[in-house]
Amino acid sequence: MHSFGYRANAVLTFALTILALMCAIASFSDNFNFPSPSAEIQIVGFNGFKKKPHGNDEVSLTMNITADLQSLFTWNTKQFICSDKLGFGCPMTIWNPFFFVFVAAEYETPQNSLNQVSLWDAIILAKEHAKFWIQTKNKYRFVDQGSNLRGKDFNLTLHWHVMPKTGKMFADKLVMSGFRIPEEHSV
Amino acid sequence: MGWIAEHVESIKSMKIRDTLSQLITLGMIVSTALIIWKALMCLTGSESPVVVVLSGSMEPGFKRGDILFLHMSEAPFRAGEIVVYNVEGKPIPIVHRVIEVHEQENSGKVDILTKGDANPVDDRSLYAYGQNWLKPQQIMGRAVGFVPYAGWVTIIMTEKPIIKYMLVGALDSAGETYLLF
Repeated sequence: MHSFGYRANAVLTFALTILALMCAIASFSDNFNFPSPSAEIQIVGFNGFKKKPHGNDEVSLTMNITADLQSLFTWNTKQFICSDKLGFGCPMTIWNPFFFVFVAAEYETPQNSLNQVSLWDAIILAKEHAKFWIQTKNKYRFVDQGSNLRGKDFNLTLHWHVMPKTGKMFADKLVMSGFRIPEEHSV
Repeated sequence: MGWIAEHVESIKSMKIRDTLSQLITLGMIVSTALIIWKALMCLTGSESPVVVVLSGSMEPGFKRGDILFLHMSEAPFRAGEIVVYNVEGKPIPIVHRVIEVHEQENSGKVDILTKGDANPVDDRSLYAYGQNWLKPQQIMGRAVGFVPYAGWVTIIMTEKPIIKYMLVGALDSAGETYLLF
């Protein structure tokens, strides 16, 4: 019974068992990280207001995003080597831990009890880039399902999604409320 | 080379009782795999609790060959969640991120828009012709867990079926590696 195949099989089974166990432990260790992220978003201005042919409102705006998300990194945070093909803008060509952030507008309309529209997203590469300040226009179009955006109150929510090297994925958010689209538009 | 000769010798001296025992072992492996799969379906509420990533549209998050664990619950879908959805007429499900949600209170109608992190534009062009919004009924589950590389076994087995038969053969002769399935 101690043939080559038998032994190779035993070694492989054992190795895979240990590997799976180590992955489980690494993922579990993420639970001991208690992050304390902070973020602030200011709207610098509304640049345009459009009524599309089929009646949907579209708004474009510029915002300042300030955030400190450094505490989200753990040793189980997924890393990757930058390649230009992805075009995310790489700070350096080493293995970088990274996570995904995005800003979404949330509002209610008479028709819809919830509207969530992503306005901007980014991939944060390296810990030193997780404390950042950026002034940006909305990267994705802010279009309503209807014409309800005039004078509309809305929230901006900063979401983050941390990919593990292995195991459970982590996502959370910070809600910032009290934004309002003006009634009158010069443009 | 000695081990080949040994194998040939062992095949020659094989008795009917050994063959039967190996067949039973193989049956055990297959049924164990089936039990685990069906149990996962019950626990996660998703019809396919484990999926293999086939494209690079979610890089750098997910690469081709990564395995995702899906979960399906009653909770409504929200922007930012990574979901796996089916498009009518396309055989392969798509793993992408939700970027827009519009939810009606009265009718319970939900409109969802998705996008791959590495794609420059949203998924409207991937949906069925004339479909502007994804419906919750098309979604198979949310991605909640992640194991890198492990899906390569499946990709290789799908693309090179010969390896699958070799693997089954290896399992048959050894009959202990449940993990490989």
